[in-house]
Amino acid sequence: MPEKTLIEAIREAIDEEMARDPRVFVVGEDVGPRGGVFRATMGLWHKYGEWRVIDSPLAELSIVAIGIGAALNGFRPICEIQFADFIHPAFNQIVNEAARFFYRSGGVYNVPMVIRAPYGGGISGGLYHSQSVEAFFAHVPGLKVVIPSNPYDAKGLLKAAIRDPNPVLFFEPKKGYRLIKGEVPDGDYTVPIGPAKVTREGSDLTVFAYGMMHYYALQAAEMVAREGIDVEVVDLCTLAPVDRQTILNSVKKTGKALIVYEDNLTLGYGAEVAAILAEEGFEYLDGPVMRLAGPDVPGVPFSPPMQDFFMPNPHKIAEAIRRLARY
Amino acid sequence: MAVEVKEYLPITLRHEDLGLSDETVLRMYYHLLLSRRLDERCWVLQRQGRVPFHISGIAHEGIGVGAAYALRKGFDIVHPYYRDLALSIALGMKPVEFMLALYGKKGDPHSAARQMPSHFSLRRLNIVSGSSPVATQVPQAAGIAFAEVLKQKLRDALEAAGFRVSREMRVVLTSMGEGSTSEGDFHEALNWAGLYKLPLVVLVHNNQYAISVPVWKQMAVQRVADRAAAYGIRGAVCDGGNVLEVYQVVKEAVERARAGEGPTLVEAVTYRWTPHSSDDDDRTYRTREEVEQGKLRDPLPRLRDYLYRRNLLTSQQENELEERVRAEVDEAQRLAEEAPYPAPEEALAPVFADEDRSGWWGE
Repeated sequence: MPEKTLIEAIREAIDEEMARDPRVFVVGEDVGPRGGVFRATMGLWHKYGEWRVIDSPLAELSIVAIGIGAALNGFRPICEIQFADFIHPAFNQIVNEAARFFYRSGGVYNVPMVIRAPYGGGISGGLYHSQSVEAFFAHVPGLKVVIPSNPYDAKGLLKAAIRDPNPVLFFEPKKGYRLIKGEVPDGDYTVPIGPAKVTREGSDLTVFAYGMMHYYALQAAEMVAREGIDVEVVDLCTLAPVDRQTILNSVKKTGKALIVYEDNLTLGYGAEVAAILAEEGFEYLDGPVMRLAGPDVPGVPFSPPMQDFFMPNPHKIAEAIRRLARY
Repeated sequence: MAVEVKEYLPITLRHEDLGLSDETVLRMYYHLLLSRRLDERCWVLQRQGRVPFHISGIAHEGIGVGAAYALRKGFDIVHPYYRDLALSIALGMKPVEFMLALYGKKGDPHSAARQMPSHFSLRRLNIVSGSSPVATQVPQAAGIAFAEVLKQKLRDALEAAGFRVSREMRVVLTSMGEGSTSEGDFHEALNWAGLYKLPLVVLVHNNQYAISVPVWKQMAVQRVADRAAAYGIRGAVCDGGNVLEVYQVVKEAVERARAGEGPTLVEAVTYRWTPHSSDDDDRTYRTREEVEQGKLRDPLPRLRDYLYRRNLLTSQQENELEERVRAEVDEAQRLAEEAPYPAPEEALAPVFADEDRSGWWGE
């Protein structure tokens, strides 16, 4: 099987879906001849033309709203928000509109659209090119929130998202775009939206993570394995709707849970995982549910030492694992 | 006590000059009257405590009826707002369909009793569900219209895949109040509309107030339609109390949109003499004298006077029409009152769709 980078897998998914279904189109800033600032749509404008790959005005609200309208009228838009940090002007259209259309129309109007956005820090992006925004949207019923951690899943999950009759937010760990490589089959396959995945079997404790933090969690698990700590790693990959059963099953086995995310700590996604474990997995636990995340400051600073201080990394995860394993 | 005789602003256009038959203009009057009497009944029911809330379309009926008749019903698409009772009625909404929403009863076709009333949504009439944050529908309407352009551009590939594309574009009409034109959504929508010459009619009901804030605190331009110039699109103004003039102006906008000549920002001027909603008290922000002056724009007596003047309506026919409309409203109320409430657990679904039913394909 050919090895591909995360960004190549994403591009391949878009390309194949556009070839498969003429209703699929891409809309966003610089997605046309430029191929996107991260090159996710490289070559697609030349291949499919200006009516399938649409350079939008610099206006995120309407990138999403045009997508909603086009979806209502039968198309399958893939809206690209250049950085997740810039999604906030579109928050109302996503949360009040796309998410609520189906419910508020009593099941009459569905909105089949995908909103892609690169997220996450560690790339010298400062406050406004480093954000993790998944918790805002995972809170909203009516939205599906997906974050792939590897190229295979990225391609399969994105294809599933494009075919889903509901709005799907697809956040991509941009630090991993070229760093994370893996085997990706040529041609069509999907990875279902919904299930979390046990990506490393272990017996001592479970690390829950997604995106870039999942990549780091696997590295951290290898580091502590040499010390005799047997870590299970779960890739949450679909944040909403959450896969409660996989979370509970893993902790039933290991008895301990650490949740790692690169958003700031308070009311981040880990809070929900912790709540699920506290409510439904209390009897399985033999240690505190722990979270490792960014500090509660308004952003990831630009200066390298401060950025490194903010970001979780394999060493910090390994240290948290050691603390938890002592219980 | 002397009886005050109001001098309503006269309608000077002639319906036959606009291509409207006598029968059609009488039908427009019927839709105006039905909307008004239905709306008045909703106020009464709210004041009696029988329904929790009403937001009115009174004073907006001339705009809604004029616009509805300018559209190709069942083909064109509308993304309306909460003052569009008359637009919905003229497009074919039955009074009971509104009453069920007003009461929050099972069978409400707009939102299955989830939304507050006046959030119109009827798939069979191509009326798209809207929310309460204003102007969100405008860029969505631009997106629906953008899809119409895409269908024409991508016709061959779409039809090869089994999606039938209509010969002509559907025109999308979206409506809003003048306050909505201050929102960023409005700006971004018109920017897209101008860029892609979308088959879109942006119909602004300028009723002079956004709840309590008058239009002169809303914008520095003289006319809402002046905003069109900034987007490279046409702007047009009409008297929203003159149903024939609304029809004329919207009709031209629709024809241009369908022909690929681009969108029009239509400003229909009216005066909202009711409070914003049943929860508002407009005595806190305007004088009664101003309100009485505003009523001279009332589209209903203006069209009635026109019909009398043109010998298309007699007092006997007018009374018969009133009787018919009252019976329709009575019946709608009765059906809504007799209808059951939804089961409480119906609140739990539907959150996600299992299958895709989107799109207006074919003719």
